Amino acid sequence: MQSFMFILLTIVTLFSALMVVTRKNPVASILYLVLVFFCFAGFYVMLGAQFLAAIQIIVYAGAIMVLFLFVVMLLNLRDMDNVEGKPNAWQNLGIFAGIGMGLVILAYLSGSPGMSIAPVGNNPEVYAMGSAKYLGKALFMDFVLPFEIAGVLLLAAVVGAVALAKKKRA
Amino acid sequence: MTETIAFLIEKSIVAAGFFVVVLGVVAYATLGERKIAGYFQDRHGPNRAGPWGILQPIADGVKFFAKEDFIPDRADKILFVIAPTFTFMAAGFIMAVIPFGDRLTIFGREVLLQIADINIGILYILAISGLGAYGIVIGGWASNNKYSLMGGIRTSGQLISYEIAMGLAIVALLLDHGTMSLRTIVMQQSGAIWHWSVFTHPIGFMIFLVSAFAEASRMPFDLPEAENELVGGYHTEYSSMKFGLFQFGEYTHMTLASGLIITLYFGGWSIPFVPIPENPGILWGLLTFCAFWAKTLLMMFVFMWVRWTLPRFRYDQLMNLGWKKLIPLGIFNIVLTAGLLLVFQSMGLTN
Amino acid sequence: MLPRDFIPVLITFLVVGGFAWITLLATHLLGPKRYSPEKMDTYECGVDYRDDARSRFSIKFYLVGVLFVIFDLEVVFMYPWAVNFRELGLFGFASMGVFLVILTIGLLYEWKKGALEWE
Repeated sequence: MQSFMFILLTIVTLFSALMVVTRKNPVASILYLVLVFFCFAGFYVMLGAQFLAAIQIIVYAGAIMVLFLFVVMLLNLRDMDNVEGKPNAWQNLGIFAGIGMGLVILAYLSGSPGMSIAPVGNNPEVYAMGSAKYLGKALFMDFVLPFEIAGVLLLAAVVGAVALAKKKRA
Repeated sequence: MTETIAFLIEKSIVAAGFFVVVLGVVAYATLGERKIAGYFQDRHGPNRAGPWGILQPIADGVKFFAKEDFIPDRADKILFVIAPTFTFMAAGFIMAVIPFGDRLTIFGREVLLQIADINIGILYILAISGLGAYGIVIGGWASNNKYSLMGGIRTSGQLISYEIAMGLAIVALLLDHGTMSLRTIVMQQSGAIWHWSVFTHPIGFMIFLVSAFAEASRMPFDLPEAENELVGGYHTEYSSMKFGLFQFGEYTHMTLASGLIITLYFGGWSIPFVPIPENPGILWGLLTFCAFWAKTLLMMFVFMWVRWTLPRFRYDQLMNLGWKKLIPLGIFNIVLTAGLLLVFQSMGLTN
Repeated sequence: MLPRDFIPVLITFLVVGGFAWITLLATHLLGPKRYSPEKMDTYECGVDYRDDARSRFSIKFYLVGVLFVIFDLEVVFMYPWAVNFRELGLFGFASMGVFLVILTIGLLYEWKKGALEWE
């Protein structure tokens, strides 16, 4: 029972992640990706990080994926329905990068001592650390400067988005 | 171990019970809406099924089941079926954190009249209602119909624009309460009637109310299904229960959004000037439950009242209202609230 | 293990999701089925449809999407601040003040650039 939920969630996550890359219909891929993010939120809750779980859904599933959906719909989909044939150079490169990433993770896992798969969200101490209150104290007492810099970064993003999408006025 | 099983049984009963209550309210909200529309337009509204038409929701339900459930040939079959369930679930999941009442003691067990009192309650609601956009966009896209697609895209643009304004209103509220647990927020508003947040956060309340109307796609904001432009909007191609789930989802959203407004700004289940007892009996629990629903039904009446009074926005007006009025107002409201709180704190008052 | 507070949330997921799927399944089994090509056609106010609905649409929606992601992030930063506001006091007010000024510059910039116009 202890790790039953964890294993179930892992299976769902891996399955939907696999569906994301194998679906031909990009809209279906996006929906599966939303499911993956939902599962991630589940993992966060199990780890006692409730605030992060909510943020994960608000920002990734609720905001970024809607943007992805817009982008996919913005492109003309009929041309993408029949992508067939041999993978090109970029796709080969992607496969190599994926294998390499897998090897790095494997190497890391084999070197780390005593990995525990039992999530710790039930531990009251850990649970308290995941709250918005705890996070806010850390963010606004010890990490104020990075926070302000993040603000500047977001400003840059606003400028970039407007510059890209808005035509100059005559 | 027995404690865990008792906990699971208790929560399952509470969840199923509340779901039945919400469904009942939703079913009769559809009748109420048509009755109210009738009186606003000087006619009777449905009055054939049973006395005063009170069996109308049941007749509607039977009709939904008896209609043919077909999928247009050119639609994306799987997504077409998933979309309405998505909308309905996103609306229904909100139920999990709404405090429907205080506690009551039954069979020697203290039962909380709320499914889950989690410490990120408000964020949970924002997160789940943010997912509601998918059902409508996917439904519109999967139908492979131009009206549906336009309705779907309009909706997502509208929903995401007003989500920011709603978030800003909630930030101002959190400044005051200092917690995201909805139960604690209700407790802090109990006692005198002027403890209600609507009196301490009038600007935030206005922003939240307008955003809630937009998020529920209710009348001045019902562009997703503007019938004179888009036929039925995103559900043009839907029939039978798949259409029914869209409709149900919309009314569920309206019901729970009213409940949320009541919880955040009108003291939730608390009864003004009545202290919360140490050892609540069954009576107290039922009383708070009724108080919650009485307030919520009034709020739902406001939703319907507005629907049959105001004309629909044009899309550019809608976007302007969201981005150019509500968001700057929301930021101003946060600064104002924070500043006032600081002043009160330095004067030694605890608001 | 899932924290105890969240188990009821999971139960709600099962109850609501179960209801949605069961009603869909029930209509599928109960409703009549009569195929006719006209009925299965796309609805276009009685006119024969011209090409797919899978066409492109205005970039304005895309721009709104991008701006939404950015502003949503900014609001997300405010939640932990708001919850701690009473303890943080003047220092918290000042640090969020700087952040809000940056946010407002961004909003004014897009306003001036006409990114908020819906023409």
